[in-house]
Amino acid sequence: MWYIRGASYMTDKNRPLSPHLQVYRPQLTSVLSIFHRLSGITLAGGAAMLACWLLTAAAGPEYYQWSGWFLSSWIGIGLLVIWSWTLFYHLSNGIRHLFWDIGLGFSLKATYASGIAVIISSVLLTAISWGLGISMYCLR
Amino acid sequence: MESKMQSPLARVRHLGSAKEGVNHWWWQRITAVMLIPLALWFVASLWMIVISGASYEDLVVWISGPVSAALMLVFLGAMFLHLKLGLQVVIEDYVHTKWLKWALITILLIVTILLFTVSIYSVIALSLRG
Repeated sequence: MWYIRGASYMTDKNRPLSPHLQVYRPQLTSVLSIFHRLSGITLAGGAAMLACWLLTAAAGPEYYQWSGWFLSSWIGIGLLVIWSWTLFYHLSNGIRHLFWDIGLGFSLKATYASGIAVIISSVLLTAISWGLGISMYCLR
Repeated sequence: MESKMQSPLARVRHLGSAKEGVNHWWWQRITAVMLIPLALWFVASLWMIVISGASYEDLVVWISGPVSAALMLVFLGAMFLHLKLGLQVVIEDYVHTKWLKWALITILLIVTILLFTVSIYSVIALSLRG
């Protein structure tokens, strides 16, 4: 009977639960939203590295060298580039989210404009801090 | 749980609230707002230390200043709370097996407390050395 089938569907433990990412066509808005989460997860790794860095510093110069060795290796520099970019992205897009929270910038046009602004600002801030940082480091 | 002739909503209705309300959401926003200036300050400070050669002495001099030590503690507190709240939502959204969800959130809490305590201890130890 239809109502029994309907009722068991409603209480079925294995019914699909949101968010169902796979059923949507990727768009700028959804991709940026997914990347907000991904960048947050990536930054959690950066927080773990920060804790290790601080601990080795507190343990003394001989232990601090371990952090220096790792962070100046190619893997370490690669991670720092990723962490700086994801931080600037999460920061910029986080500000975008806070504006939505107070009810601003919800129109389709504004959403796309702020989305593009977030991409540009995150890339620009990353490029400036690395570009300027490397030149300052070499000129010191 | 066997299948019941009741929707999940009907089952929990009239049982009262879990007394948490918007707490999780609200703290995530509070820490987010705090982290805008704090994260920028932290990145700028790290940047200054690195471009001057990233020596141990530079780090100790920076972190033993009263302002940077205090700001560092506030930054770490807001950041690790924000991290815990954010990752918990990710787990709740994508892990639907009840025991696994519970286990992952518990591990998240323990690891966050561990990393937070290690960081706070290290900043205090470093700042007292300078």
